Amino acid sequence: MTKPWISLSGIGAFAVLLLGVAPFVLTDHWLNNLGKYCCWAIAAVGIGLAWGRGGMLVMGQGVFFALGAYSMAMHLTLETAGDRIPGFMVLYDPLAPLPAFWEPFRSAGFTLLAIVVLPVVLAGVLGYALFKRRVKGAYFAILTQALAVALAILISSTIRETGGDTGLSDFKYFFGYVLNDPANKLMVYLIAAGLLVVCLLAVWQLYRSRFGELLVATRDAEERVRFLGYDPANVKLVAFVVSALMASIGGAMFVPIVGIITPAEIGAAASIMMIAGVAFGGRASLFGPALGAMAVGWGQSSLGSTWPEGWTYILGLLFVVVILFLPNGLSSLPARIAAARRKPDPQPTPAAPAAAVLEEVRS
Amino acid sequence: MTGTSLVVTDLCVEFSGFVAVGGVSFDAHPGEVRFLIGPNGAGKTTCIDAITGLVKGTGSAKLGEKELLGRQVHRIVRLGVGRTFQTASVFDELTVLQNLDIAAGRHRSSTSLLRSRRGTDPSIELALEETGLTGELATPAGILSHGQKQWLEIAMLLVQDAKVLLLDEPVAGMSQDERTATGELLQRIAAKRIVVVVEHDMDFMRRYATRVTVLHQGRVLSQGTVAEVQADPRVQEVYLGTADAMTEG
Repeated sequence: MTKPWISLSGIGAFAVLLLGVAPFVLTDHWLNNLGKYCCWAIAAVGIGLAWGRGGMLVMGQGVFFALGAYSMAMHLTLETAGDRIPGFMVLYDPLAPLPAFWEPFRSAGFTLLAIVVLPVVLAGVLGYALFKRRVKGAYFAILTQALAVALAILISSTIRETGGDTGLSDFKYFFGYVLNDPANKLMVYLIAAGLLVVCLLAVWQLYRSRFGELLVATRDAEERVRFLGYDPANVKLVAFVVSALMASIGGAMFVPIVGIITPAEIGAAASIMMIAGVAFGGRASLFGPALGAMAVGWGQSSLGSTWPEGWTYILGLLFVVVILFLPNGLSSLPARIAAARRKPDPQPTPAAPAAAVLEEVRS
Repeated sequence: MTGTSLVVTDLCVEFSGFVAVGGVSFDAHPGEVRFLIGPNGAGKTTCIDAITGLVKGTGSAKLGEKELLGRQVHRIVRLGVGRTFQTASVFDELTVLQNLDIAAGRHRSSTSLLRSRRGTDPSIELALEETGLTGELATPAGILSHGQKQWLEIAMLLVQDAKVLLLDEPVAGMSQDERTATGELLQRIAAKRIVVVVEHDMDFMRRYATRVTVLHQGRVLSQGTVAEVQADPRVQEVYLGTADAMTEG
C-alpha cells in the first residue's frame, strides 16, 4: 500500500530492458531464447497469482499452456499448409479429411478467440466444480497434475489428429508474416515481451486492489472469509481463471517463438518446471515468479545444453536450498538481509501474549 | 427495545450417533448480553456452529422471521449473523485497516473490488473508536496482542453490521484490564444488537451477563438471571462435580 510507485517504476524499468535494450544488445539466438523465457514467465505470473496469493498449488498449468499453444499451432500449421492437408496427417492416412475440430482454426480471429476463451471456460468449469466442493491443498494439486498428465497422454496417442509425440512444427507463417524473416522474429519477440509486461501490470493492479486483499485473506483463513459473508469459492475461481488465461497466452506465444510444440512441453514435468521457477523467484511477490521462471529457463538453455547431466542436479539442489532457507523465494532475500542488519530487538511480538498467559496462570 | 430477536427452539446436533446438542432452546434480544455457559463438552460452541451453518443441526433457529438452519454459511452471514472463534482468527498478513475493509466489503459491487482502497469507510472509523484500535490502523494484524486481536474480530463484526454477534470465549487469555474493557465494550454493543457470549470464565459472566443459559451434556440445565442460575442446586452440582471453576473464578 505504501509503495505503489516503486512497483510501478520497477515494471517500467523491466519493460525498458525487455523492449528497448534487449533487442539491441542480444544476438538473434539469445533474443529468441529470451522470448521463450518470456512465455514461461507469463505463465509464471499467473501461477504467482493463483499459488502465491491465492494458495492454490496449480500443478497442471501445462493444460492451459497447451490450450493456447495447440490453438496457435493448429492455426499456424493450417496457414503453412494452405489448402492442402497438413503434411504429417497425410503421412499416417493420405486419404482421410482434415479432423473436424481443426477446421475453425483456419480463421485467425477464431484462433485468437480460442486462446482466450478455451482456458477461461475450462478453468471456470473445473474451478467451479472443485472450489464449491471445497477441494483444496494436496488434493487440488494432485488433481490438476493428473489433468496435465492425461492431456499429454491424449495428445501422444492421437498422432494423426495432433501430431503425437513429435508435436506440431515447421511453421512458415505467423498471421501472414514470414517467420524466417529476422524483422518478423523481432516482432514476435516484442509481442511476447509486451504481453509479459501487460500481465505484470494486470497482477500489480489486482494485488493492490481490494480483490487482492480478499484473495490473501482467503488464502490465510478461508473459513473466516466465509464468516464475513463472502463465498471463498468465487474469490479463488477468479484467481484460478486469470492464471489459466495467462498460461494460455504464454503457450500461444511459445509456438511461433520456439517453432515446435510437443506433449513434453505441457505434461507433468513441464508443469512442475513452471512451478519451480515461481518457487525459486518468490511466489507471493510481484516480480519473483516472472524472474524466477526466466532464470530457470536461462539455466536450462545455457547449462542444460553444455552440461545436461549436471543441470538437473543443480536445479534440484537450488530448489532444495531455496525451499529450506528462503521459503518465500529469492525475492525475500533483501528483506531478510535488512532484518538481519537490524539485529537489536530480537523478538518484539510475543511480549503481550506472554503477559496474558502469565495472567491466566495467576488467576 | 425494538428490533428482531434470535429464537432457538429444540436445536439438535448429532455427530454420527453422538448427540452433542440434544434439544436446546433459548432466545436472545437486543439490549441484553446473553451468556451460554457450561462445563467442557456441554455443547456451547456446537450450538453456535449450528446456528452459523458450520455444522448441520435440526430444530429451528430464527432471526426475526427468517430460519437460519439449512442455509449456507455465507448466506447466514448476509442475514446479519456474525461470529468469532475461540482462537482469534484475523488475517495476520493484512493490516488492521485491511482486515476491517474486507469485513465491510460484502455490500460492495464486484467492480469496486478491482480498484484499490481510497480513504477509510466511516463505519470502519466508528468501529475503530469503539474498540480502541484507532492507533493500530496500519499495524499488521499478526503482531497485535492477543486481546487486540479479539477486539479486532469484534470490530470486524461491527463494520459487517451484524445484527447478531455470537462470541466464542472472547476473554480467554486476556488480562484483567482487558477483560474489563471487553465487558464494557460488549455492554455498549448490546444496546442495539443481539450479543451471545460463550464463556468459561465465571467471574466475567457474573459481572456482565444480563441473562444466562447453562448447558450440560447437550441440554439446557438452567436459565435465568445470574442470581437465579447461581442459586440453582443442579448448576452447583454440575460445576462441583466437574470443575471448581465456579468457586475459584
